[in-house]
Amino acid sequence: MLKYISRRLLYTVILLLLVSLSIFYIFDLIPVDPARLVCSKSCTTALVEANRHRLGLDVSVLEQWWRFIQGLFQGRTYGEGGIKDIYCGAPSFGYSFNRHACVSTIMAEAFPITLSLTIGAFIMWLSIGISLGILAARKKGKFADRASTAFVLIGTSLPTFITGIMVVLFIVLKFHLVNPLELGDWQNPFTNPLGWLRTFFFPCATLAIAYAATYTRFTRSNILEISTEDYIRTARAKGLSEKVILRKHTLRAALAPIVTIAGLDFAGLLGGAIITEGIFGLSGLGKLSIKAVTQTYDLPIIVATTLVGSAFVVIMNLIVDVAYAYIDPRVRTT
Amino acid sequence: MSKFLEVKNLSVSFPTEDGLVKASNDVSYSVDLGETLAIVGESGSGKSVSNLAIMGLHNPTMTQISGSAWLNLPDGPIDVISAPAEKVRRLRGKVMSMIFQDPMSALHPYYSVGNQIAEAWSLYNDGSKRDGMARAAEMLDLVGIPSAKDRVKDFPHQFSGGMRQRVMIAMALVNNPSLLIADEPTTALDVTVQSQILKLIQEIQKEFNMAVILITHDLGVVAEVADKVCVMYGGKIVENAGIDEIFYRSQHPYTIGLLDSIPRVDKLGSHRLKAIPGQPPSLIGLPTGCAFAPRCEFVSQVAGSLCTTQNPDLSEKTTGHFSRCFLEPEQIVTLTGRKASAK
Amino acid sequence: MSSDNILELQGLKKHFKVHSTFGRGKTVVKAVDGIDLVVGRGETVGLVGESGCGKTTVGRTVMKIYEPTDGKIIFDGVDITDLKRRDMKAYRSKMQMIFQDPFSSLNPRHTVGTIIEAAYIIHKTEPIGGRTKAIQNLLERVGLNPEHINRFPHEFSGGQRQRIGIARALALTPKLIVADEPVSALDVSIQAQVVNLLDDLQKELGLSYLFVAHDLSVVQHISDRVVVMYLGKVMEIATTTELFANPRHPYTKALLSAVPIPDPIIERQRERIILTGDLPSPANPPAGCVFSTRCWKVQDRCVSEAPIPVQISPNHTLACHFPEPAGKL
Repeated sequence: MLKYISRRLLYTVILLLLVSLSIFYIFDLIPVDPARLVCSKSCTTALVEANRHRLGLDVSVLEQWWRFIQGLFQGRTYGEGGIKDIYCGAPSFGYSFNRHACVSTIMAEAFPITLSLTIGAFIMWLSIGISLGILAARKKGKFADRASTAFVLIGTSLPTFITGIMVVLFIVLKFHLVNPLELGDWQNPFTNPLGWLRTFFFPCATLAIAYAATYTRFTRSNILEISTEDYIRTARAKGLSEKVILRKHTLRAALAPIVTIAGLDFAGLLGGAIITEGIFGLSGLGKLSIKAVTQTYDLPIIVATTLVGSAFVVIMNLIVDVAYAYIDPRVRTT
Repeated sequence: MSKFLEVKNLSVSFPTEDGLVKASNDVSYSVDLGETLAIVGESGSGKSVSNLAIMGLHNPTMTQISGSAWLNLPDGPIDVISAPAEKVRRLRGKVMSMIFQDPMSALHPYYSVGNQIAEAWSLYNDGSKRDGMARAAEMLDLVGIPSAKDRVKDFPHQFSGGMRQRVMIAMALVNNPSLLIADEPTTALDVTVQSQILKLIQEIQKEFNMAVILITHDLGVVAEVADKVCVMYGGKIVENAGIDEIFYRSQHPYTIGLLDSIPRVDKLGSHRLKAIPGQPPSLIGLPTGCAFAPRCEFVSQVAGSLCTTQNPDLSEKTTGHFSRCFLEPEQIVTLTGRKASAK
Repeated sequence: MSSDNILELQGLKKHFKVHSTFGRGKTVVKAVDGIDLVVGRGETVGLVGESGCGKTTVGRTVMKIYEPTDGKIIFDGVDITDLKRRDMKAYRSKMQMIFQDPFSSLNPRHTVGTIIEAAYIIHKTEPIGGRTKAIQNLLERVGLNPEHINRFPHEFSGGQRQRIGIARALALTPKLIVADEPVSALDVSIQAQVVNLLDDLQKELGLSYLFVAHDLSVVQHISDRVVVMYLGKVMEIATTTELFANPRHPYTKALLSAVPIPDPIIERQRERIILTGDLPSPANPPAGCVFSTRCWKVQDRCVSEAPIPVQISPNHTLACHFPEPAGKL
C-alpha cells in the first residue's frame, strides 16, 4: 500500500509538471501580448521589448516554464531591468506587475476565503444531501420522497447565479438578516466564528443547494439499489433490525461511491467558486482568476490559479483512491 | 402429533402492472426435526416464495399473504404468518435460518466473514466482540474451512464460491436454529463442491437435529438428500410424497415427465430424451383447469375435457402420497407402462 | 493433414495477463495450457470441467474471439491460427457459436428478423428465395413460429430465445458449432427440448459440435467423445461410453461420482469420492500434475512431474501417472 501511494505520488508530480507546462504553452498561443498591455500610450517597440524582458517573456516558453518551476522551490527575483528588482520567496508563483505584489501573497489572501467557503458548503451539502437521500429512500413513494424529489429538481435546475441573487435579494436586502456592507468581508472562522457565519453562511448555502440536490438523488438511488442486494437479504435473514441493516449494511455500501464524487467536487471548488464568489463579493480564488482573465490579463495570476486548481484535483484524486481502498477491502487486496 | 413446521394453505401473491402474480397458491406442507423436505420446481413455479414468507423476508408492502405457518416451539406454537413482524424477526437467525443460491453476493463485501458471523451471534448472545469472533472461528472450523482461526478476519472476496457457501452455512447455524431453509444452495457451485456442501448440510443436520427445507430444481440433488418431496408447478403443489414414492411411483404427469426428460450419467446410450413440450405457465392469470394441462400427454385420457375446465384437487392417491391429477394410480401405471410394483 | 476432422487443436495455449490494482505485479493466468483435441466431421465432442478449467476459453479461442497464445487451430484442413480479421471472415461463417445466456446474447432492441439477418449482411450473402424467406425457414426449423419474425427477444421465453440463438448460428450453414453451455441457463423441462433440437439438427445438416458444458449428464447424452479438462489441461479423452463406463483418471472418477443421480436407491448405495478443497487458482497452478493438490492417490512423482496425455487405447487418452484400474465403475 505504501509502495502504491509513493508511486501514485510520483505520477502526481509528473502530471502536475506536464499540466503546468501545457498552461505555459496555451497562454503563449493566445494572441494577447502582455508586454504591450502594460505599456503606456506612448509606447515604442523598444519599450515593449524592455517590458517583455522585465516580464520575463523574452525567452522561450520552455525556459519561462523552467524558471517558474525553479521559483517554486527557490524563490525568484522579478522585474530585471526595471526600476527595481522584486524578490518573492519560495514558493514563488510569479509576480503580478499589475497589482505590484507577489502572486503567492495575493493567493494567500484569497485562498482562505475560497477554502472556508468550500468547506462550509461541503459540510452543508453532504449533511443535507445524504440525510435527505436517506429519508427519501426510506419513505420511497411517500410524501417525504416526493418533497425531496421536488428539492432535487429545483436544486439541479436552478443555476447558482439565480439562487445566489435570490438569496442576496431576499435575505440580505429585504429581510436584512445580514448587513449588506458586511457582505464579502473576510472573517477568520477561528478567531471570529460568528462573524464568519454572518458573512459566509449564505454564500455557503447558495453553493450547497445545487450540490445537495445532486447528492440527494445519488444517495437515494444508491440506497435503493443496495437494498435489493443479496447481502441485505442475508442481513435480514440473520434477524437484524431494519435500523441496524440500514446503518451498518446498506449505508456503508451505498455511501462508498459518494467518497469519490465528494472528493472531486471538493477539489473542483477549491479552484474557486467563480459565480458565488462574484455575487457575494468574496475575494476568493475564483474572483481572483476571473478578474485576471477578463479585466487585467494578469498572466502570472492566471497561470498560478490554473495550476493550483488542477493541483487540487490531482491530489484529491489520489486521496480519494486511497480512501476508497480503505473503505472497500476488495480494492485493497486485488 | 404435530411437526416442527406446519404450513397450511399458504398463498402468496404480489400485484404487478401486468396483473396479480399468484406465486404460491394454497400450499401446505410440513417438516419435522431431523427431516429433510425437498421442494422441487422450475423457475417461476413458486418454490421459493412460500419459504421467504415463512422467514418474513418478503416485501411486506407489496405482498398479499394468507394461510398459516406454525412453528411448534418448546414454549408453544407460533404462526409466523400472522405474528407481528418484530416477533418473527426475533425468530430469524435463532429458530429459523436461511441460506441462498448465490454465495458470491450473499455476503457483505465490506465486512470480514468473522465480523458477519459474530454479528449474527451477538444478536442473541451476550458477549464481547472478541467472544463473537471466537465463536465465528469455531463455526468456520465446524463447516470445514481450513485454518479457520486465521481466516476469520478475511473478507468474502478472499474465499472461493464453495467456501463462501460454507461461511453462509456457518452464519446461518451460529445460533443453533431448529429449521434451515436452503434455497438452491448448490446451484451456483461446481459439482465436486456441490457434493461437499450437501454432505456438510446432512452432517450438520444430524448433529443438531434440524429440520431442513431444500429448495431445488435438481432431481439428482433431491434423490441424494431428501426424505420427502413437494413438487411444485404453476404456484401449486402438484405432488407431495416420500422420496421413494416420488421417484418410483410418481403419480403426477409433470413429475413423470420431468424424471423422463433428464439425462442421467448412469444411463448410457444415445436414446432420445423424452422432452415435455411447451413452456411453463406464467403465474399471472392462470387459466382455469390444471396448470399442466397444456403440456400434459395424458389430457385426452381424462373424460369430458375435465383437465382444461376444472382444477384438480391435491388428493391422497395412496397412503401419504398426494397428487393433483384426475388420473388414478392404476391409470397412471397403465399409461406409463410402469410395472405396478416398480422397485 | 487429415480431412476427416473439421477441427484440430494442437498444443493450444491461451494465457491472459492480469494487472493488479496495487503493486506493479502482472500475473499470467494460464487459462488454456497446451491442449490437443480433434472434432471429427459430424461428431459431437463434449468439453467438460469445473469453472475455471478453461473450457469456455477453448471455445472462444477456437472462434478466434481470443487470439491463441501458442499452438495451432486447424479448421477444415486450413490453419487459421494466424489469420487476421479480414481473412477470418470466410471461415467464421463456417463456424458459429451458441451462447449460454439467452437473455443477454440477443440485442434487446432488434427484432428476431434483424438479429438473424445481420449474419447475411455481415457476410454479404443472399440466400436463395430471399432473406426473409430464409429467416422464416430457419425459425420454423428451430421450432419457432415463422410469423414471429418481427418480435423482440423479450417477447420470448428463455428456451425460445435459445432457439433464436441457434437459428442465428445456423443462418450461414456452418459446419462446426461451438456451443458454450447452451442449456445450463434453461429450465429442466426445457433443456431436453433444446438438447433434442441440437440432436436433430446435427443429423439433418451433418453439423459438428464442440459442446462446452459443466453438466456431465447432458454432455454424456449428447456427445460422441468427451474431453475432461482441469486447470487448463486435458485430463482424459475418450468416447462417451468408454469414459462414463470406464473412467481412468482420478479426477474424472471424482467428477462422475459427484454428479447426483435422480434415483434415491442408487444414491443411498453410492460410494462418493468427495474431493477436498477447491480448485487452485489458474494464475498459480500446482507444480507437476495440476490435479495433485486434490487427488487422493497423489504420490511424489505427481508433484514433480506433469503427466503427458498418452493414448492408452484407440479411443482413450489419459494424462495420469497412476490411473485407476480398467474395469467397470
